[in-house]
Amino acid sequence: MSIIATDIPAATGGAGVPAAGPTRGLVEITKVRKSFGAVEVLKGITLTVEPGGVAVIVGPSGSGKSTLLRTINHLEKVDGGFIAIDGTLVGYEVRGSTLHELREKDVLKQRTEIGMVFQNFNLFPHLTALENVTEAPVVAPRSGKPRLSKAQARERGLELLDRVGLKDRAGAYPRQLSGGQQQRVAIARALALEPKILLFDEPTSALDPELVNEVLDVIRGLAKSGTTLIIVTHEMGFARDVADTVVFMDQGQIVEQGSPQDIFSNPREERTRSFFSKVIEPAFNI
Amino acid sequence: MSPTTKVAQSAAGPASAGTSTTPTTGDTDAVTEAAAAVAAGSAAAVTEGSLGGSAGASGGGSGAANRGPATDYAEYRVVPARHPWRWVGTAVVALGVAGIAWSLATNPRWEWGVVAQWFTAKSIVDGLLETLKLTAISGILGFILGFILALMRLSASPLLVSVSWTFSWIFRSTPLLVQMLLWYNLGYLYEKISLGIPFTDVRFFEIQTTTLISQFAAAVLGLTLNQAAYSAEIIRGGILSVDQGQLEAASALGIPAWRRSTRIVLPQAMRAILPTAFNEIIGLVKGTSIVYVLAYSELFYTIQVIYNRTQQVLPLLLVATLWYVVITSVLSVFQYYIERYYSKGAVRTLPLTPLQKACRFLSIHALSADNSAKVTR
Ligand SMILES: Nc1ncnc2c1ncn2[C@@H]1O[C@H](COP(=O)(O)OP(=O)(O)OP(=O)(O)O)[C@@H](O)[C@H]1O
Ligand SMILES: [Mg+2]
Repeated sequence: MSIIATDIPAATGGAGVPAAGPTRGLVEITKVRKSFGAVEVLKGITLTVEPGGVAVIVGPSGSGKSTLLRTINHLEKVDGGFIAIDGTLVGYEVRGSTLHELREKDVLKQRTEIGMVFQNFNLFPHLTALENVTEAPVVAPRSGKPRLSKAQARERGLELLDRVGLKDRAGAYPRQLSGGQQQRVAIARALALEPKILLFDEPTSALDPELVNEVLDVIRGLAKSGTTLIIVTHEMGFARDVADTVVFMDQGQIVEQGSPQDIFSNPREERTRSFFSKVIEPAFNI
Repeated sequence: MSPTTKVAQSAAGPASAGTSTTPTTGDTDAVTEAAAAVAAGSAAAVTEGSLGGSAGASGGGSGAANRGPATDYAEYRVVPARHPWRWVGTAVVALGVAGIAWSLATNPRWEWGVVAQWFTAKSIVDGLLETLKLTAISGILGFILGFILALMRLSASPLLVSVSWTFSWIFRSTPLLVQMLLWYNLGYLYEKISLGIPFTDVRFFEIQTTTLISQFAAAVLGLTLNQAAYSAEIIRGGILSVDQGQLEAASALGIPAWRRSTRIVLPQAMRAILPTAFNEIIGLVKGTSIVYVLAYSELFYTIQVIYNRTQQVLPLLLVATLWYVVITSVLSVFQYYIERYYSKGAVRTLPLTPLQKACRFLSIHALSADNSAKVTR
């Protein structure tokens, strides 16, 4: 574990992350609404995450956390409001005073700037760990960056697997890996496109307790790398550790947001307080 | 001193099958090999006629009685479980098979001489090639069209969905025989076939239907369209069996739509598609015989023509059957290896191929036959 934790900051300082500009990875979510049928799942969410910032979203089950993450990379279309990355709208193009929905190809281009890590990994089971990591950089259309050749992608893939401590398992298929290892491959896969923003949807909740830390250590390393991170998690200790901003969501709304100190130690809202009193074990001293 | 050597010495003869020792070291390879050698040794004992041999049984008993205070079983010998009923069952089945083989060989009415005479006759081989040609062409075209129909059916466009659905509906509800005859008699319905813009007089090209639709064309058309209707459903089922999360992950990574289908979804769908698809192709091999209604001289039609002339009905049907068995066997081998290829990653370890199994079997038996202590890995 310690190997991973110490490796990452060193590695990320050098390779991979180009000089971070002042507006690299700014996420602005404005009055976003989303309904499934008659159920309104997001009821006007407004949230800004600064470039290189780490926002941790917490909240009860069904509060719309996953849905919010999925709207950020346009896996779900919003019904109202808008989302912008570094000032560019996600999924739409502004022409005069009209918004034109982007074609699939341009949406894909935008998505390569936004990596996503899923709760159940969603690794491609018929491809090896390395092939999982090298697939997208070779075929995905990227704005401003050329596609990588197979050899370049391979080199980069091995570098990334090394970064998550899995270089020696490059040839293994996902089913031959433990859950924690699979999730680390999934993180390497998301990093392969050098995204400005990384979205994590409960990255550790499908893992056995003793595997949780190996994944959290990798994410801690990323938090220091200058990539903007938006993380949905139930690991409160980790959230306090890594977050600049903690966002508490309930029933499709942001109830409260602020520094970990504020939210965990003296929440203003009653709902936040009652939620934390349930999820945080007594042993966890605030 | 290697533990395997000890084992091999003890496995030399049936009488000493009970003196082997399992190694104390943690060397797993050595343990596996030792166990294999022990198994081989006791198999030799069984063939010597001591079913459920008393040596082995008493050995196990004494082992239990001698259990010392330190329960370290490492020095104990291993007696594999005996399966007397398996041997009885094997004997019964073997007897039955031998009986059938004997009757096939000795009953003169099978007329094996006639079978041998016709088996490689030129007319029959020609018919066989026609059968293979029809199967290959309509199989490949059918599956390509089926793939397109499956994609249409899964698309977001209601028009494409209903066209695909109607196609499958029509071709699955019409008897293949009727389809064949309709295609062959298309000239009766439409004298000319032309390509142009509907509802105008613009014609790019026009042809007499009877010139276009030969026996071969009617056969391929009928078999292909029918096959497409069935394979569309098979392929659709395979695609649906792939987890939605796979597509989601692929589009989150910006992988383009075509690549998502061919690189991510299809290879995984193949596992569900292949067994049924091979069923279809094997069915098609024999199904091609339906083109006899067009007097198309594939294998089965040729056979019929010959036995109508020579009156040797049974032997000639046997010739056809044997050829179908050969084709099916070859296809089954293909199926095995293709399925194995696509099970990559789906199973933790790939099963051994029959060839690898045979090699292992032989190497184990070579071990037990080798009476000397020279056991090498
Ligand atoms: N595709 C969909 N169709 C209909 N309803 C949906 C769909 N996706 C999500 N929902 C509903 O939207 C609500 C919010 O779901 P979401 O997955 O965003 O919750 P969550 O906060 O991530 O919960 P959890 O912590 O359990 O993952 C839930 O009530 C869910 O049932
Ligand atoms: Mg969720």
